[in-house]
Amino acid sequence: MPRVNSRAELEKLRKEIQEKRDPNKPCISVSSGTCGRAFGSERVYTAFEEEIERQGLESEIAIKKTGCLGFCERGTLVVIYPEEIFYTRVQPEDAPKVIQSVKERKVVDRLLYTDPVTGKKITYEPEIPFYKAQQRIISEANRWMDPRNIEDYVAIGGYSALSKAIFEMTPEEVLEEIKRANLRGRGGGGFPTGRKWETTKKSLGEPKYVIVNCDEGDPGAYMDRSLMEGNPHSVLEGLIIGAYTIGAHEGYVYIRNEYPLAVENLRIAVNQAEEHGLLGGNILGSGFDFRVRISRGGGAFVCGESSALMASLEGRPGEPRAKYVHAAERGLWDRPTNLNNVETWANVPQIILKGADWYRGMGTDGSKGTKIFSLVGKVNNTGLVEVPMGITLREIIYDIGGGIRDNKKFKAVQTGGPSGGFMPESLLDLRVDFDEISKVGSMMGSGGMIVMDEGTCMVDMARYFLSFLEGESCGKCIPCREGVKRMRQILTGITEGRGKEEDIELLERLSMYMAEASLCALGRTAPNPVLTSLRYFRDEYEAHIKEKRCPAKVCKELISYHIIDEKCPGCGLCVKNCPVEAITFMGKKKPVILDQSKCIKCGICFDVCKLSAIDVR
Amino acid sequence: MVTLTIDGQEVKAKEGSTILEAALEEGIYIPTLCYYERVSPAGVCRLCSVEIFRDGHSRIVASCLYPVEEGLVVKTDTERVMNIRKMTVELLLARCPDVKVIQDLAQKFGVERTEFTLEDKKCILCGLCARVCEEIVGVAAISLVGRGTERIVNTPFLEEPGACIGCGSCAFVCPTSAIRMEDIGDTRTIYRWKRKVEFKLKQCEKCGRYWATEAQIEHMKKKTGLPGEFFEVCPNCR
Repeated sequence: MPRVNSRAELEKLRKEIQEKRDPNKPCISVSSGTCGRAFGSERVYTAFEEEIERQGLESEIAIKKTGCLGFCERGTLVVIYPEEIFYTRVQPEDAPKVIQSVKERKVVDRLLYTDPVTGKKITYEPEIPFYKAQQRIISEANRWMDPRNIEDYVAIGGYSALSKAIFEMTPEEVLEEIKRANLRGRGGGGFPTGRKWETTKKSLGEPKYVIVNCDEGDPGAYMDRSLMEGNPHSVLEGLIIGAYTIGAHEGYVYIRNEYPLAVENLRIAVNQAEEHGLLGGNILGSGFDFRVRISRGGGAFVCGESSALMASLEGRPGEPRAKYVHAAERGLWDRPTNLNNVETWANVPQIILKGADWYRGMGTDGSKGTKIFSLVGKVNNTGLVEVPMGITLREIIYDIGGGIRDNKKFKAVQTGGPSGGFMPESLLDLRVDFDEISKVGSMMGSGGMIVMDEGTCMVDMARYFLSFLEGESCGKCIPCREGVKRMRQILTGITEGRGKEEDIELLERLSMYMAEASLCALGRTAPNPVLTSLRYFRDEYEAHIKEKRCPAKVCKELISYHIIDEKCPGCGLCVKNCPVEAITFMGKKKPVILDQSKCIKCGICFDVCKLSAIDVR
Repeated sequence: MVTLTIDGQEVKAKEGSTILEAALEEGIYIPTLCYYERVSPAGVCRLCSVEIFRDGHSRIVASCLYPVEEGLVVKTDTERVMNIRKMTVELLLARCPDVKVIQDLAQKFGVERTEFTLEDKKCILCGLCARVCEEIVGVAAISLVGRGTERIVNTPFLEEPGACIGCGSCAFVCPTSAIRMEDIGDTRTIYRWKRKVEFKLKQCEKCGRYWATEAQIEHMKKKTGLPGEFFEVCPNCR
């Protein structure tokens, strides 16, 4: 592929690519992100490829591997274009049937999505409730693109924001546009991106650096992975525009090594962009030079913290430093450095292309645009969802998420990763907004959203997150290292029935202390799960401590299983499944007997009993 | 020079210096455990936390790291600051109940007991030993190893400390005496890192005093480029 040396050449290339393509030619698109691959999307793709070859249909039916489509739990997902017929749970064996239907322009009913709420089958992707209530401005392109083919990105208008910025706008004008859009950092803090760029731009010191933070580590969250796997060029384009604005000629992408597919797709994207003259020396013939290096992280959660990330980039241990002097003034190698999260960078081309006014049209007063959440936990539809800021939690959980699984009751939702807070039912109508979420004790974070049902013990949940943080605290400062450990110990004690009444006050004191005295945001926000569970679910702490009772019946030390004799027909299913032989078969039609001294409270008997003859107390 | 106010007292400080340095210069007390003026500050112990006031807002900062600013108002004895000192000491007292310096701090700040389960450690992981070893001695024989609650101070890969010259700087700066050093006859022993490390000491040709380890003298020779004879006598007899 020849180098693109001017704006006109880029447009010419785009036109050529578009003309080569027939929008009416059927295309089978297989969702092949890491999540899709876990469902076997690679085998599904090969099956389609072989079937097309066998039938000699190469010129009639196209086939494409895309990134993640968000609705990962229904994988392998296959979408048939141009109709946008949406198939779920596709297996390699389905290939002949699907191809037959494509030829006949028909639909394979069996593979269609069934809405768990209405029980109805839905044919087309945009009509699925999970997608309908979303507003996908950043993640939508994942649908149309093979992330390893730069032509796909160029075909849908890729790199036109870059050429607009470089050839039509001065760096100051780009900065003004980003500031006016009021884009705020998607990594968690919500700091105004334009202001950060401006400080870096004005800071003295050369060279200046720009960094993409792709060290996503929150349990259950994968927004950045999906973008990096599915549309790495959009992140690169944002980064190049940022570099042009700030006056940086070197950039880094810090990416988790645990994201091999994202690393691979990013590497391909960087190479292709360089070959096309969109990255490297003399970009698009404009005279602007910018090079990108990829650096793989070793897996420490704390390296997602910007100063720890920079320490790691420099080859030092990934430990945060005090940010009394901002990275925008003295960051990587003590030079002015601008670091933004993957999603923030991906927003930039959109804003440049469509303008700050368009962007400001979405969201609330203080939070503009959209946010991608990783909606997981006890909801019917889990996956990645992109929603406009200002949407309520209820809309996300019920309209997109389809409500709580198994007709259970909603209990809490946690946003902001392990150091986010829990929000109870009374806050379901809260609007998604950086400031509103902070006010109630949680935080926007990078986009983790974990939904919990009535079967969740909030004390145990707080203990879980604190134990995660205990393993991930870098250990540098005393408040975080010792504080997190002590909090986890106290919470473990409470869940094991050793709680004391003074524990609550001690937890509150520790929380205040850690929030004020810790060196970095990890320690300062670590008490959030404790503080919010105490604020909204204090009665659960009290039940554990005073009555030695776990209301959600989760904490093993505080519960016991019992056979309800009247209901037990002695079928023996529990006897067979008990891993420690604690249940004895007493003959047909006689209730079984459970030996409490042997029981390890694994709950298997409860799960397997079809007659609800086992009681948890 | 920058003018700031610490506890109501007007203080002049060099631009680029820290609140702690400015306070120490004026004899204003701020407790520290991980601070040593000859090495870079790390902000580990947080005992030096102070409250700063600006534009009607106040916040807590580590004074060993926060650079002085013109017109900054600093208070070292507010309730917020005292609560931080107390909780830090309470946590350290649980970690190292037998360490004298921590017992003394507890007494000073009125911490009578700790609510947390006791451990029996000596090291508070302030990292001063490692910073001195790297920044002043220049051998980096020890460093902080591991993460979070698993963190320890040890030698690279927990192997024998091959780079150690037995200078004893680590033992000298250790605030809790977790690193112990003993000179008996011509042998220096450093006790730490779950081992005993021995060094041969060199005698002064004039006064006969054992004054440095042989490895230390080799290191000094290399670093200074001075002839071997210079090190035959101890600093006192030179």
